[in-house]
Formats: sequence, C-alpha cells, structure tokens
Amino acid sequence: MPHDHHDHDHLSPSGHPYRQDNDGALTYWQTMEIAIRELMIEKGELSAAQIQAQIDAMDERSPANGAAVVARAWTDPDFRNRLLANGSDAAREMGFDIGPMHLVAVENTAHIHNLIVCTLCSCYPRNLLGLPPDWYKTREYRSRAVREPRAVLREFGVELPVTTTLRVHDSTADMRYIVLPARPAGTDGLSVDALAKLVTRDSMIGTGLAKAP
Amino acid sequence: MDDPTHRWHDMGGDAAGPVPLEGHDFAIWEKRVDALVILGQQRGHFTVDGLRRALEDMGEAAFESMTYYERWVAALNQNLVEAGVYSLEELGAKMEDVKARGDTYGAVQS
Amino acid sequence: MTLAVGTTVRIKDMAPLGHIRTPHYLRGKTGVIERVLGGFKNPEQLAYMVPAPTRTLYRVRFEMGHIWPDAEATHDTLDAEIYEHWIDQNAP
Repeated sequence: MPHDHHDHDHLSPSGHPYRQDNDGALTYWQTMEIAIRELMIEKGELSAAQIQAQIDAMDERSPANGAAVVARAWTDPDFRNRLLANGSDAAREMGFDIGPMHLVAVENTAHIHNLIVCTLCSCYPRNLLGLPPDWYKTREYRSRAVREPRAVLREFGVELPVTTTLRVHDSTADMRYIVLPARPAGTDGLSVDALAKLVTRDSMIGTGLAKAP
Repeated sequence: MDDPTHRWHDMGGDAAGPVPLEGHDFAIWEKRVDALVILGQQRGHFTVDGLRRALEDMGEAAFESMTYYERWVAALNQNLVEAGVYSLEELGAKMEDVKARGDTYGAVQS
Repeated sequence: MTLAVGTTVRIKDMAPLGHIRTPHYLRGKTGVIERVLGGFKNPEQLAYMVPAPTRTLYRVRFEMGHIWPDAEATHDTLDAEIYEHWIDQNAP
C-alpha cells in the first residue's frame, strides 16, 4: 500500500515538518544572507516589499495546486488532452501563476508508470507545486532513481508489476515535469474537490499513487 | 579536482543508500535566500545556470557539509560579485555590521 | 535541420569541462527522439553570462536495458532533455 511518509502531525501549511532553528546562534551563512539583502536594498536593486512579496508568492504554491490540475484532468477529457499537449498553458488556464516555467505532464495508465528526478541538480515544478521535499534533493534519490527506480519505488511503498512499463524522466534542461496519476477505482461519484484530496505530492512526482477514497 | 568526465554533481547511476525520507520546513532565512535568488535573476544579474555552475564548482565537500540554502547563498554571492552588484569590500563591511548587532538571526534584523 | 520524432540518435561521448546538462550516464548511448521541445538558449553559455545561441532541445528516450545491462526491468525507459549539439548527426 503506498503511503506518504510525511503524513504525520506537526506539518506546516506547506506540508513540511517544522524545524525549530530560527533562534539558534547566528551563522556565517545567515549573516551573509542579511548582508546581501541589505546591500541590494541600499543599492536600489530590490525593495524589502518585493522580497516579502516573492516569499509570499512561493508560500502560496503547494501540492494543492497540482492536485487541482490533476482532478480537473480526471473529470474533463478535453482538459486532460490540453494538459498532455501543453502543461504550462493548462496550468495557466486554471489561473495558476507559474511564471516562465515549461511544464510537461506525463500520464500514468494501467500499463505505464512515470517517475520524475533531476540527477544533475534538483529541478522541480516549484512554480506549481511549491518547494520540493528534502528527499528529492538527496544524493540517494538523485543517484538511484535512474539506476534502480523500481527499488527506489519499493522504499516509497510502491510495488510495480513486471507488466508495467516504468518511464523515468531525468529533468536535465528547461522542462519541469508533473505526473498525472491514474484515477483510483471507486471514485465515480466524487466531486472535483473530493478527487483533488486524493492527489498527494508524491503521486505527482511518481513516488506515490493517488489515495483510495 | 574530481573526474572531469564524471563530475561529483552528475550523480545519476552512482551507488547510494536508502533514500532518507525525513524533511523539514523552511526557515525564514532560507525563504529569503530563495527569494533573493529568484529576484536576482529577474534583475538580469545571472541565470539559473550561473547559480548551478557556482554550486557545481563549490565541489562535493560543500554538498556534503553545507545545507541546501547555505550552498545557495554562497552561489548567489558568487554570481552577484561576478555581476558587479557589490564588492567584497562592501560585503565584508556589511557582514561585520550585521554581526555587531547581536547573536541570533532574529536579533540582528535592521 | 530539426530531427523528426522517432529518429534514432546517439549522444556524443564528450566531456568538456564546465557547466553542461548532458548526464555522463547517457553519453555514447543510443535513444529515440520522443518529442521536439523547440529552441532554447544554450545553458553552457548562459551559465557564464556570455551571449548564448539558441539550440533545439529534444526529449530522447532510452531503454533501461541499454543504459544499464543489469537493469531490473530492461523494457523500462529513461527520458532526458538533450540539446542538439550533443546529438551525433553522423551516428548510428
């Protein structure tokens, strides 16, 4: 049974566990952040309001945005086709500000499962889904997802049948990827909003499946 | 340096252990680094490729010993210095000024 | 000339030192053009803030069993984005 490893208490609104390190001793790198920020403001490069607005815009982005796109695609075949043809346009059509991001949606079916990784750095569709989970940026995920993806999936609780073709996508250049997970069985009568609640972050990376109702 | 035909950051296919699944929420200083990186690009001072280039050139030891946003702020600094946004003389003086204000991140905000 | 979807291509086995976006594990490997993504500025110049020419970017699909002979499921695939100047026009 697939499961979301971060589904426990103490999650922030962005879906990450809290870390209580803001009041620790000032570090070299924190000092540098403050200095760069103040220098850029003093030089008229940026305003404090611009910086805060950028933080707010990033905080607004979360896997819920992608879940809304997925649920719409499950219920609207024309939208699904537009999403697969041009993910960026489809996301913008739903009102999401994804900036200049080039989004490619890849669809899971009865016989195909997709998995997203960036082996060279940690490219992620952050302008739709928000900042990536920590594991996505680790050496372990980046190294192994292209070499032994089925073993990686088992660590996430996903066991793929041998009859399924696994398509791994290494996000090496200008595209960002979202998996359109397969719609779970037994969801025929559900509303779009109820369907969206079944769509986990991991199901849109490919390390999970959509939840059963 | 490391093998120039298989640099340290080019890790696809390398042997590694189980994927560590613990995570953390982002601290305000990390969100500020993220914002400065996005806005610095929007100002035309560097590209995402320039950020990555600096991260790669920092080497594997930095990847292993520094946190993600520690590496990002170092790469941001590298690109802003290269673009002439500020000098190291200015950065050094400003960092001393910040440190003189207090001992915690929360205490030294201007 | 833009390569057509379905064309078999080989990735150049070269390793210039600098910021490059072709992973080492695909160099010298053979795959098939999955789709044509259009023109993008070359990150190999963008990384250094020097004028960057536009290059056609492709998605190329490789068989896992070709990249890794001991792959668990050899029919699984690996897709990656590859710029035109990393594709050997004279091979296979």
